[in-house]
Amino acid sequence: MEAIIKDIGFIIGTTLMYSTPLIFTSLGGVITERSGVVNIGLEGMMFFGAFVGAAVAYYSHSPWLGFVCAGLGGALLGLIHAIACVSFAAEQIVSGIAINFLGSGLGLFLSRLFFDGATQTLTIPKKIPLPISFLFGEGKLFKSSGFMDLVFNRFATVYLAFFLVAVVWFVLYKTKIGMRVQAVGEHPEAADTLGISVYRIRYGAVMTSGFFAGLGGAAMSIAVVSRFSNTLISGHGFIALAAMIFGKWKPQGAMLACLLFGGAKGVEIYLGAKGFPVPSSLLAMLPYVLTIIVLVGVVGKTTPPAAIGRIFDKSGK
Amino acid sequence: MTTIDFSQKVVEMIDVVKKFGDFVANDRISLTVHKGEVHSLLGENGAGKTTLVNCLYGLYRPTHGRICIKGQEVEINDPNAAIQHGIGMVHQHFMLVESFTVTQNIILGRETTKMMGILDMAAAEKKVAEISDRYGLAINPRDKIEDISVGSQQRVEILKALYRGAEILILDEPTAVLTPQEIQELIAIIRNLTQEGKSIIIITHKLHEIKQVADYCTIIRRGKFIDTVEVSKVTQQELASMMVGREVSFSVEKKDQQKGEQILAIQDLMVEDNRGIAAVNGLNLDLYKGEILGIAGVDGNGQSELVEALTGLRKVAKGTITLHGREITGSNPNEVINKWNIRTIPEDRQKRGLVMEFDVAENLILETYHDTPFSKHGVLNREKIYAYADHCTEDFDIRPTNPYLAAKSLSGGNQQKVIIAREVSNDPEVLIASQPTRGLDVGAIEYVHTALVNQRDRGKAVLLISFDLDEVMNVSDRIAVIFEGKIVGIVDAKGVDENEVGLMMAGGTR
Amino acid sequence: MNLNGEALKSKFLNGSLGLTLISIALGFLLGAIILLVAGFNPLEAYWVILKGIFSRSKYVSYVIIYATPLIITGLSVAFAMRTGLFNIGAEGQYIIGAIMAAAAGYFFKLPLILHVTVAVGLAIIAAAVWGGLAGYIKARFGVHEVISTIMLNWVALYLSNFVVTLKAFGSQGTGKTYAIQSTARINLLSDWKISEAGIEFIRSHKILGDVLKTPINIGFVFAILLAVLVWYILNKTTLGYELRAVGFNPHAAEAGGINVKKSMVISMLFSGGLAGAAGAFQVLGVSHRIAKLAAMEGYGFDGIAVSLIGNNTGAGSVFAGLLFGALKYGGSKIQDAMQAPTEVINIMIGTIILFVAMPKLIRLILTILERRAKNGWKQS
Repeated sequence: MEAIIKDIGFIIGTTLMYSTPLIFTSLGGVITERSGVVNIGLEGMMFFGAFVGAAVAYYSHSPWLGFVCAGLGGALLGLIHAIACVSFAAEQIVSGIAINFLGSGLGLFLSRLFFDGATQTLTIPKKIPLPISFLFGEGKLFKSSGFMDLVFNRFATVYLAFFLVAVVWFVLYKTKIGMRVQAVGEHPEAADTLGISVYRIRYGAVMTSGFFAGLGGAAMSIAVVSRFSNTLISGHGFIALAAMIFGKWKPQGAMLACLLFGGAKGVEIYLGAKGFPVPSSLLAMLPYVLTIIVLVGVVGKTTPPAAIGRIFDKSGK
Repeated sequence: MTTIDFSQKVVEMIDVVKKFGDFVANDRISLTVHKGEVHSLLGENGAGKTTLVNCLYGLYRPTHGRICIKGQEVEINDPNAAIQHGIGMVHQHFMLVESFTVTQNIILGRETTKMMGILDMAAAEKKVAEISDRYGLAINPRDKIEDISVGSQQRVEILKALYRGAEILILDEPTAVLTPQEIQELIAIIRNLTQEGKSIIIITHKLHEIKQVADYCTIIRRGKFIDTVEVSKVTQQELASMMVGREVSFSVEKKDQQKGEQILAIQDLMVEDNRGIAAVNGLNLDLYKGEILGIAGVDGNGQSELVEALTGLRKVAKGTITLHGREITGSNPNEVINKWNIRTIPEDRQKRGLVMEFDVAENLILETYHDTPFSKHGVLNREKIYAYADHCTEDFDIRPTNPYLAAKSLSGGNQQKVIIAREVSNDPEVLIASQPTRGLDVGAIEYVHTALVNQRDRGKAVLLISFDLDEVMNVSDRIAVIFEGKIVGIVDAKGVDENEVGLMMAGGTR
Repeated sequence: MNLNGEALKSKFLNGSLGLTLISIALGFLLGAIILLVAGFNPLEAYWVILKGIFSRSKYVSYVIIYATPLIITGLSVAFAMRTGLFNIGAEGQYIIGAIMAAAAGYFFKLPLILHVTVAVGLAIIAAAVWGGLAGYIKARFGVHEVISTIMLNWVALYLSNFVVTLKAFGSQGTGKTYAIQSTARINLLSDWKISEAGIEFIRSHKILGDVLKTPINIGFVFAILLAVLVWYILNKTTLGYELRAVGFNPHAAEAGGINVKKSMVISMLFSGGLAGAAGAFQVLGVSHRIAKLAAMEGYGFDGIAVSLIGNNTGAGSVFAGLLFGALKYGGSKIQDAMQAPTEVINIMIGTIILFVAMPKLIRLILTILERRAKNGWKQS
């Protein structure tokens, strides 16, 4: 009996670990798409953030500094995307694809420069702390490897992610700026006639989404894995995008979708560790097949913000 | 008795010029509005009325000229500045966020907040209720825009302006989407507002409304200032002549025609809209050969859904559609066009009518590309396609005549001609024309009406759906009125009384 | 400048070819700036790349080999793009095609031409189904193809890894499958190359010999043929007309009687099949087997770049594919030659795509430059 509880704890813990980077990035997706800008470049922003985070954390010995810088790196890519899409009316999906190339290219380029030609960074000496262990000492509050320990003794980034979900929810639905972001995403012309600067709001939203995606990348490289490598992110940015659509562009929905995805990964790892007689590659498919099934069956016709992807052009006035 | 205070000039636009590149939209137009005045701006489509008021509201910046508000010369660079000067605008196409509530829309950009930017919706709702009571604009602050009527939405737009302390209200074609009853309500609201000292600039091309509500009228034609007149001292005919620059005939030339046999029968039709509500709710209608049957009604009473059901773009929930006695309910668009030869001029030509990036020739064969001679065994025959296009541009007076031009480079009127050429060329049994003259100038409107009458003269059936009651009354042989998804009355066009029709449009009975 | 010159210049600069070329130039410019900032000599780097592409016939051959799958995946993405669909799943469809080709190449024993035809045919069909599945999900359930194709990419990747572990197919422990039969290979003169006469020929003929030392195969010829096929279908057939109409305006297409949902599925079938062909030719011509992958190889994703730079046309995909292949191959040399990171190429590609997406910016730059030139000219 205790073994089963421990196993469940293991799965929950693994789920939380894998969901966290997705949650950060997916929140970024929610913010930008709510303002009416499609952002396929989350992958590139996450990638670049993962590198920046790991590199800064390595050289400065401060994981938190690395974490914040990762966000700034992502925001930089966000700025490029914003300039292209908002000021120059670029085709948003194309710009997003460009960002992916730029993010990965820039990240690997700098990696080679700073790490002796390698496409991965050296192991980071100090990871993001585990608050429970930090505050109460190893094994003091919860029994080591017990259910509570497995679930709650997680990196600080995990707690931060859930906190940010609440923050984004609150800002989006309860504050002035959140209402304006929604308005800009639903009917930018209306917002414009009321004197709201559509451009400024979209710039802000896109750069914020880049910041969040960068944090997501760092959550992987500084917390989960302790280094950056060129296969670290491969596709997680797109999964976060799927989670956002899944979650119907709501922060709480995106969070649940990311948890679902992380959960599938958690189950996969658990079954693999237990020697479940299904080959690991087939198990690895589980999260993706599950996503398709849920998208088809449960989510139904999704309604994005009304003005998404539509170019808002004030020139010529 | 008059509300006008001639000692106070609230708005003066002096010799305003607005150019877009080489195109002169406003050519030295001057306008003066006094406090408490209702000033109307009259002109045809494309004359430059909206451009002029957009300059006043800061959406455009005038190329030359001056604007004075309350005697002081100002520069209005954006809507915020206009709002600060006490100018509010109600746009022709509502600027409302559908998924937001009334209150959210009204306070957007001027939100009431507690500290740190947190919204104070309770205070906002209270203020909205206050203003709505004061000016007699009935709305529920908690309703979502997508759930309320068009008339209510317009009241929200007016409240938006008043909430920001507007002294000067610009109304751009406010009556285009209202029932005759709602129009009267609006006129009452306007009178209320002027009594409270507000000044109104109203853009409209409806002459009888100008006579009802306006004190003064400035007429613009093709960007040029024609005259400012005192409305009580001119007739509608005089206004019309100034607007168009020539003698205007109000009715369409149309000889008497005997209607033929019944061709289309619609029985107990029920069609749901996007939200699952029955937009067409038990509709019965018969269409005969050799007639133009006009459907009159205010936007939102099921016209769009009816047309979509007839053309196969929307599922029929209940009821039948019969052509020549043969049931055709539930046909897909391909069958409707190719098997039943029912053709449509769609209400949104840019969305449903044309592929804007295709050239004129490619658009002309949109429904017939798989027929000979345009293609054989799946391969297109470009020579025949472009020869056909040359033929059409000549027959239907499409300008410019180059069939290789992309549709998006044509004017609205010519785009409509392309659609008409395509739909009429295959000699349809039934032609459905949905808002066929929307956004067109007088010349193009005349063209379209002539094309419809032509069809009818050749013994074909024409179903005309239009929100413009004048158009329906002038063009149709019979008029059916649609209200809340049903046909509530059918009258002969000859000698019909507009008020009777208006009553039916609003749900009253004969 | 005479009148004709002005008209030509305006047409060139406003047309998409002109804008694309300028975007490419700007991409190179930015690459140079980045190299400079990182402490490398951009001219030296570009010279290494140029030499790495053109100085030996072997290199040219490798560029063509590299470019072949890129051209075809570019065609795949372009085809879907013309119908208004974003086929991010070219990567997965490529993998499915590769699996089928490797399997058919190994398990069947057929004479040469038949064997190749069967292998490629099966690959195309399987990949077409993979793509069509995403198209069907979109048409029937409204699920956006960007998401469904990305998910299918991963499923394909893990499917490939699984298949490699099968005892009958893969040599255990190596992570690779058994090589395909020689009758399935599309390399040029592969048997003759290793014969005595062949070796002698290679030794005595420098240029051609060099070329023969590379896995040169007729995949490139197929790539060109497929480009022509894509061009023909899109521009000359009724199917292409339907797909383009749906791509530009599905509402008008529907109102005109075109079955929009069917068009979407058909488009994804074709697009998937093309990507699968790319995978097939790569297996039959270069790798001759499939192996366990830690991550996706990227041909599908690069195909997106190729398609965008090539303006979503058949001819454009060929040229962009060659450009991309040349840059990737030549770019890989600067790492060894001067320790400059090859990823500068990725940055360049990203920049080119970004500029291709912003015609407004380029026109703005050109107008400013033109104005400066005119004013300068007037003053002098």
